[in-house]
Amino acid sequence: MIKFILKGLLRDRSKFLFPVLTVFSGVMLTVFLYSWMNGVMTEIIRTTAHFQTGHVKITTRAYAKEEAQIPNDLALTDVDSLLTSVRLQFPDIYWVPRIRFSGLIDVPDEKGETKKQAPVFGIAVDLTGKNETENKILDIENKIVSGRMAVKPFDILVSTLLVEKLGITVGDNITLISTTMNGSLVMWNFIVAGTVNFGISGLDKSFIIADFSGMQKALDMENCAGEILGFFKNDLYQKEKSSEIALAFNSNYNDKNNEFSPVMTTLYNQNDLSSIIDMASKFTGIIAFIFIGAMSVVLWNSGLLSGLRRYGEFGVRLAMGETKKHIYGSLILESLITGIIGSVIGTIAGLAIGYYLEYKGINMASMFKNATLTVDNVIRADVTIYSYFIGFIPGICATILGSAISGINIFKRNTSQLFKELEA
Amino acid sequence: MNDKIIETEKLLKEYPMGHAVLKALNNVSLSFDYGEFAGVVGPSGSGKTTFLNIAGTLDSPTSGLCRVLGQNIESLSSRNAAELRTKSIGFIFQTFNLLPAYTVFENIEFPLLLLKIGKDERKKMVADALKWVGLSDRSDSFPKDLSGGECQRVAIARAVVKKPKLILADEPTANLDAENSHNIMRTMRNLNKELGITFIFATHDEKVMRYLKRKITLVDGKVDNDQITEESDKGEKL
Repeated sequence: MIKFILKGLLRDRSKFLFPVLTVFSGVMLTVFLYSWMNGVMTEIIRTTAHFQTGHVKITTRAYAKEEAQIPNDLALTDVDSLLTSVRLQFPDIYWVPRIRFSGLIDVPDEKGETKKQAPVFGIAVDLTGKNETENKILDIENKIVSGRMAVKPFDILVSTLLVEKLGITVGDNITLISTTMNGSLVMWNFIVAGTVNFGISGLDKSFIIADFSGMQKALDMENCAGEILGFFKNDLYQKEKSSEIALAFNSNYNDKNNEFSPVMTTLYNQNDLSSIIDMASKFTGIIAFIFIGAMSVVLWNSGLLSGLRRYGEFGVRLAMGETKKHIYGSLILESLITGIIGSVIGTIAGLAIGYYLEYKGINMASMFKNATLTVDNVIRADVTIYSYFIGFIPGICATILGSAISGINIFKRNTSQLFKELEA
Repeated sequence: MNDKIIETEKLLKEYPMGHAVLKALNNVSLSFDYGEFAGVVGPSGSGKTTFLNIAGTLDSPTSGLCRVLGQNIESLSSRNAAELRTKSIGFIFQTFNLLPAYTVFENIEFPLLLLKIGKDERKKMVADALKWVGLSDRSDSFPKDLSGGECQRVAIARAVVKKPKLILADEPTANLDAENSHNIMRTMRNLNKELGITFIFATHDEKVMRYLKRKITLVDGKVDNDQITEESDKGEKL
């Protein structure tokens, strides 16, 4: 009997093709959209972590409160021993010290007079030490457009748009005008070692990367750092693990009575990222819910339409001795088959698009032109294990639900009534 | 009572029509013997189809008694009614009602699947049924490729393949031309003779009536006339 039902199903386009196409489209869109949105969310979190928050961040309590103002006067002191200590206590994390700074870049002419000036912001990371961690995290070498990697403490990497704006080239001297840790004015000369393009509109406009040791000297921050960032070695943010680490750290170091005591904050608790992370984690459920709801309604309606057309067939089958329950069961079986076929090919198509966009991405630079978001201009999909199920299971559930609802009409009608509709 | 294939007593079927009630069957008391080739005739709305639906366990009466193959149908559960239809009753419809996605062979095979008959046996039974209706060469065709007469012959084969005791045919020639109508009636009359299947028709087609051995005329849901005819072959002579 199952073989018989299958034959009829595969031969009848309206029974098979339309539901399969509906499920296919829905599943494909769901898988693709999930992978795409997952990519967007992951990218926002990843880039923000790399440039701003780390997966965890250590600052002083006072610095954490005023962080938006980059208050280097509230920076961590005795950083070397703190780094040694956290590297021992939490060896699964990459720990890197950083100094964030802002100021004015002054470009002198041949006589040493100001030729051009521009406001800048930047980070000082370990570029000249033996540790390659920062280079790995920020992928700096691959972002260098011209010139070379910084090899001396006062080498500096300047973003391409800023280079254009200031009219400088690799090898030029520029002066950073900023404030020291003690609040006094500082003017420090740097050499433009290279130009970088991170492909992040928010950064590429006026961003510089300096060497950590050089900036320590420039800003009077010997053995100090604005912040120490921690990164999981797989570069993936782990909410619970990071909370555990922060809790363990804070129980040892955080002193509520001392505003200069170090405190660890997780990525989740920085820059209002909690809402994005929560949304990302709920995304799977939301998509599945919307998909099942919307697809069920579509398939329910298509089931009703197809059911109306099939009352004749049901009438004949009842006349031959099939029970209503059996016919209802066969409808569910048909929907299971169409659901599986539609979901399989929809998932394959959705994954194919997802993988393609994971590899190629879509360049959204024109959209981000004036954005201050720290997000890569090329947004890529992120296919995860959930991408394989996000559309597949709801696709089957929605098809069965649609048929189950529309099929109830078989029980609501008298058998002879089905015949009247059949004869019409 | 048991020598009757169908027996009704004071059969009443009412349909609500707004505030009024339509009596589709009004005190119909009839009985049919095994092997009859009879027809319920009358104008549209006289209650012929309603009678057939009740006799075929597709509908239940408002009141009165209806025994089909020894079973009171008003007390049958839907499952038992379905079982009775599967085993003992075949239907032939005005509009053929073949399943379009299936071949002629598969359409005829369907009732046998419900009876859970083995594959080899099914194949043989379908081949026999195709032979009875003269369509052995069309077994792989789909309904859309058949003429109206051929479709109705497939419908007949589908009804008789399980060799039921009773076949109920509702206006079986309504969509056929004269020649096909006669062919169909001859086929059914032969099956009646050869297999002993009881045929009961609902019709107002004169061509069908000429073949009937018994004509029960319904008017406004009541039996107006119950007439036995001597010779049922006169249809083909006309």
